[in-house]
Amino acid sequence: MRWFDQLRRSLSTLLHRTSETAHLTEELQFHLDQQIAENLARGLSPEEARTAALRNFGNPVVLREQARNTWSWAWLEILVRDLRFTVRTLLRDRTFALIAILILGIGIGANVAVFSVVNAVLIRPLPLGQPGQLVRILRKKPAGGESSNTYSVDAVQQFQRSNRSFDQLTGYFAFSGPDNMNLTGSGQPRPISGLMVAQNFFSTLGVQPILGRQFLPEESLPHARPVALLSYAFWKRQYSSNSAIVGQSVSIDKTPVTIVGVLPPSFDFGAIFSPGAREDLYVPVVLDDIRDEGNTLALVGRLKPGVTLAHAQSEADTLVPTLFFSAKHPEWGTGYDARLLVLKDFVSGKLRQSLIALWCAVGMILLIVCVNLSNLLLARSSARAKEFALRTALGAARSRIVRQLLTESLVLATAGALLGLALAFAVTSYLAHQTSIALPMLASIRVDSQALTWTILIALLTATIFGLAPALKLASSASNLQETLKDGGRGTSDGASHNRLRSVLVISEVALACILLVGAGLLLRSFLHVLDVDLGFEPSRAAAISVQIDVPDSPNAPATRWALWQNVIHQISTLPGIETAGLTDNLPLSRNRSWGIRAKGHEYRPDELPGTFVYITSPGYLTSIGMRLTRGRDFTWDDGPKSQRVVIINQTVADYLWPGQDPINRMAVVSGEDTLVIGVIANVRESGAESAPGWQMYLPASQNGPDTPYLVVRTKLPPAQLSLSVMKTLRAINPGQPATEFLPIQSLVDHAVSPRRFFVILVSIFALLGLILAALGIYGVISYSVTQRTQEIGIRMALGSSPAQVQFGVLSKTLRLALIGIALGTVASVAASRLITALLFGTQSTDPLTFLAMITILAFIALIAGYVPARRASRISPMTALRNQ
Amino acid sequence: MGKPNDLVQGTLDLLILQTVALEPKHGWAIAKRIQQLSNEVLQVQQGSLYPALHRLEQQGWIRAKWAATETNRQARFYSITAAGRTQLERERESWTRLSSAINLVVENLTLTTATKS
Repeated sequence: MRWFDQLRRSLSTLLHRTSETAHLTEELQFHLDQQIAENLARGLSPEEARTAALRNFGNPVVLREQARNTWSWAWLEILVRDLRFTVRTLLRDRTFALIAILILGIGIGANVAVFSVVNAVLIRPLPLGQPGQLVRILRKKPAGGESSNTYSVDAVQQFQRSNRSFDQLTGYFAFSGPDNMNLTGSGQPRPISGLMVAQNFFSTLGVQPILGRQFLPEESLPHARPVALLSYAFWKRQYSSNSAIVGQSVSIDKTPVTIVGVLPPSFDFGAIFSPGAREDLYVPVVLDDIRDEGNTLALVGRLKPGVTLAHAQSEADTLVPTLFFSAKHPEWGTGYDARLLVLKDFVSGKLRQSLIALWCAVGMILLIVCVNLSNLLLARSSARAKEFALRTALGAARSRIVRQLLTESLVLATAGALLGLALAFAVTSYLAHQTSIALPMLASIRVDSQALTWTILIALLTATIFGLAPALKLASSASNLQETLKDGGRGTSDGASHNRLRSVLVISEVALACILLVGAGLLLRSFLHVLDVDLGFEPSRAAAISVQIDVPDSPNAPATRWALWQNVIHQISTLPGIETAGLTDNLPLSRNRSWGIRAKGHEYRPDELPGTFVYITSPGYLTSIGMRLTRGRDFTWDDGPKSQRVVIINQTVADYLWPGQDPINRMAVVSGEDTLVIGVIANVRESGAESAPGWQMYLPASQNGPDTPYLVVRTKLPPAQLSLSVMKTLRAINPGQPATEFLPIQSLVDHAVSPRRFFVILVSIFALLGLILAALGIYGVISYSVTQRTQEIGIRMALGSSPAQVQFGVLSKTLRLALIGIALGTVASVAASRLITALLFGTQSTDPLTFLAMITILAFIALIAGYVPARRASRISPMTALRNQ
Repeated sequence: MGKPNDLVQGTLDLLILQTVALEPKHGWAIAKRIQQLSNEVLQVQQGSLYPALHRLEQQGWIRAKWAATETNRQARFYSITAAGRTQLERERESWTRLSSAINLVVENLTLTTATKS
């Protein structure tokens, strides 16, 4: 138990310091008194006895210190003393402390926020069971965007039977759009988004429902009892987290569906598979129902333990091309391929470069902050040079002074880190609730324990970086103590090297700010180019609303439907404020599927023709959405279900199938049927402003009817004002019309560019911060140098120099500093911008206009920063300057 | 051997432990006793005595208690503990070994120099 006793003793010396010290003093005093008594007994006089005793004894203070040093808490004592001193000094210099903490808070906060984003999107494993084994199976060259990364049911089942790398294969139906189902029952039908998934979808992903159970295999058989799993958000919103809903039956699309469970809140389908999508519930897909619908399933697999991705890929390379499109019609051929991606890479791979660029940008901000603070501290410590010289003269070791200064920077860094944490918390909460930005895993951004660790690391790092330079500089200047202590001394004797250090720091600041500015400028320019791209349609003043037309199934149903739509469109178009209206089954910039079109009479190699996006529309749609017909005509109401099949194609298709000829009135073959080409439209960028337009064709709704199309209107007034009248008209025609909302087409466009906009805004904010900090840095240095040279300037003015000349002198010094920094920064920017070439659009990485603009801005800001001290210099009165030392 | 620096730290511990092994003493008495017993040769300075006493106390080899002296003054009396006694034996052993080793070397060298000259 010795160590216990030792610990107890150590603690008692820590906790009862005052009483222990008193006891020690008493003990030593006793010893001294005994010595004096002995001296007296030997015959010395009282004074002699006392002096002899004291001489023998030694310095009691030093003795006490030596005894106390054995108590082993000395380091803690010194630390506490340093902290108290630091806090006192900082409180005395409140403005400096506040500015420093503010700058640190912004720098550290930005870093922690970006780290949280990078953590959520890139680093943190997906919230699924053993996510490292999950693989997304894509096509090598998807012809029609994301949605054509699909396989047919027969191909999937064949793959399941013959592969050896996957433990489990699962997938989901890739062509459901939002609001594709209706919650019927009491009151108005409410639109909800449902997703058809394979029966083993959640068990493969390793997602366990928090209530209820998974789907059973028998629930995906034909004519099985309909069941559904609720998403957590929908359960909370619609059923107020009532656990009694499990096992109950709700009415969806007028069919009773049993709710078998609720999914955990950590599972967000959209975050992983389709950014921006929000699914309310999941139903098991009956494979037989969609077997004949073509390529509909998006595949996810779980690798067998021990099987690597490369191994699975090589197996897929041999196996997948043998999969048949249809088991019933093997003559339709094969022709699949597969590209395997770890699910995490699929989710965030595209963003990796952008996020790394963002991280570098924010790291640069932190560097600028450190440099700035270093400068501030240098100026401050040179003002305290006398104090440190005194302490050295009194016996302080150099390490002691350095330790004191480092404690100061540590205290500042800690306070800044606390402020930064609060800022990061606010920023991440804001970001996590932004549903308008189509970034994966956005909702899971938060400040967690990893972010906290990162904060502590950064705080320590910054404290060391910006504290070390002034500390070492100051401690080394202790060599000339006498000069410093004199009243007339200039503070520090090596003022020249001091100034040089500060100038170097400011130049580096300016260079870093230059890099940030150029990067932000290039990204901004790319963003503007993206916005400028001709999409091929007019998003402004167009809005869409999903409508439901219920027509009972009968041989005459297409004709009835056609008449109903004609009625709908006619009535809507006559409403005040609406210019034109039309129907379509798929909006641009949303999901779509592709069929095939070829010219009749021509032979094509298999795989020669890419998939063609299909839009099934009514007359009036093309004008409503603002597409341009370059040849031929739009559909009319005469193109009925029984008339000649017709198609409108886009320019790309026309150029390929009938190069150099007029495609109008030519025969094409669509889905095996002869179809007449009646019109050509200018190309539309259907997948996004940044991707090239693909193949498109438009088919009349009369001949290929959709069930729940979108009604697209072109309005003179803002769409929200017309929603009431439009709803009333729709309800009059079909009382079962669910309460859907107007979706402005512009919001689709904004959503598609939202990731780019997000990054541009962030990088621009950082660039602005960097600019402000660099300006502050320049101001600090120039202002300080003016103060130092007050005497010299006074002499000059006394000797006849005019205020304007003095101003000019100061400004030229500023400009010299700034230009060196800009020159270095430009060179570095050229190298750095080459790294972000992949993120640019329509802009070269050495775009001269951007470089020139940023250099000009930087030089201008530098001049402004130097202007205030210049004015102050020019106002120096020679008399006062010469009088004050 | 009057200066405290000449005394190796371990030997001071040995002296203190031996002194308080017989009966509890306060710091002044310990120094005086050592001085007496060694015929005024070993004079322990306060600068080394008190740090040594506190170190021994931290190690748990001696125990301190406030009590009254003959002259009715309060002083801190140090007494040895059981662990201290074990340590004392260890110290005595190592001191004997060390001193005999030094003796052997010195005598050998003296002989050699004697034979040489």
